[in-house]
Amino acid sequence: MENERYELNKNLAQMLKGGVIMDVTTPEQAKIAEDAGACAVMALERIPADIRAVGGVSRMSDPKMIKGIQDAVSIPVMAKCRIGHFVEARLLEAIEIDYIDESEVLSPADDVYHIDKTKFNVPFVCGAKDLGEALRRICEGASMIRTKGEPGTGDIVQAVRHMRKMNSEIARISAMREDELFNTAKELQVPYNLVQYVHEYGKLPVVNFAAGGIATPADAALMMQLGAEGVFVGSGIFKSGNPKKRANAIVKAVTNYNDAILIAKLSEDLGDAMVGINEQEIELLMAERGK
Amino acid sequence: MRIGVVAVQGAFLEHEIALGRLGVHCIELRQKKDVLQSYDAIILPGGESTVQGKLLKELDMFEIIQSQINDGMPVLGTCAGMILLAEHISNDSREYFKTLPVTVRRNAYGRQLGSFHIKHTFASFGEIPMTFIRAPYIESADPNVQILAKVDEKIVAVQYLNQIALSFHPELDNDTSVYERFIKQITKSQSLQLK
Repeated sequence: MENERYELNKNLAQMLKGGVIMDVTTPEQAKIAEDAGACAVMALERIPADIRAVGGVSRMSDPKMIKGIQDAVSIPVMAKCRIGHFVEARLLEAIEIDYIDESEVLSPADDVYHIDKTKFNVPFVCGAKDLGEALRRICEGASMIRTKGEPGTGDIVQAVRHMRKMNSEIARISAMREDELFNTAKELQVPYNLVQYVHEYGKLPVVNFAAGGIATPADAALMMQLGAEGVFVGSGIFKSGNPKKRANAIVKAVTNYNDAILIAKLSEDLGDAMVGINEQEIELLMAERGK
Repeated sequence: MRIGVVAVQGAFLEHEIALGRLGVHCIELRQKKDVLQSYDAIILPGGESTVQGKLLKELDMFEIIQSQINDGMPVLGTCAGMILLAEHISNDSREYFKTLPVTVRRNAYGRQLGSFHIKHTFASFGEIPMTFIRAPYIESADPNVQILAKVDEKIVAVQYLNQIALSFHPELDNDTSVYERFIKQITKSQSLQLK
């Protein structure tokens, strides 16, 4: 992938900032998401909560279903491929998807290697639970990062943990002497130049969103206050009592994430939030996939 | 000089950083109380026009900004911002400010694989870098609209009275030509107000 294409792909992520990317499974849901103010949609056959419930092997969605969603909306459409499954990624590129999520939500196709994303023209977003994972994915060509969180649980605790971990590691590197960076690159198993970037700028070299377990406007605002540049909401919307209203409220909470009075108002009468599962009740930790 | 940057969604921070380097102070416009403050110009940044347009309306900012533009306040719209200003959108039934007499086409270059970067002449500035991300272009413009740049026969930058609209993203490149023109416009409109 030439450098210019990578810059353009990082640039698209910049345009998504301050926005909400919503999981949708049908063109109708995609329309609801667009009308509610989603800045992009993630097209997938089953939302993470259902993947969790049904079990079995979870794969890339039917291209026809993804195309149906591309035709239904004018905002960017993303889709997931399995970790390491570069052929699924090629298929998504062939149907001109706007962003590929190489995602731990699906069953990994490779337990060692991620996709060499530098060989693609289409952009990739990847999950990370700490700085090392984030920089490894960026080194492989990801042009956007999101926290892994724990998808399909409606429990925000893991996303918070991952965001705080990443931030504290960034702060630690920012405060280091330059001669300590080499050892940090070794410890994190990442290239020195990426550590140097973090040291100089105090941030990741790509946009960083929050994902995994966001279910309420307050959850979204919490992640924004912790430093996320936008949020993914998966099961949280279409597993709730009133998806339209909840989606609307989450979008506004992300824009005005510091305004408690407004978010309190937005949180009124949203109906039932997704039921959710606690961390201790989870049998499958998706965040442990692909390090 | 103080510029209000619409900050409901998108790449607004990049504009603030670029203007900050030129010594211009920016404030973020996120809700109604922000647009009631005093500022000298408005930036409508890149992002998703559907999201920005909806939030501007539902957060009660839309009509205030629209009348500020109609009253002659300088405004710079980039990408999504250009769509919000356009009088007509050829492939979308949504309507926004409608203060700029042009017809614009959304996602005119296709999906992300159609995004591109080039160097091209802009107004009297010579060649400047231009980054197009899922960009719109102008299909037709009223004769009174001044065309500042055409790429492959497509209109990608215009000025009409107090409004400058671009298909591309000056905030993503280091060139300051667009901002220099905009700041000049603001200074001119300030001196007119003094008279």
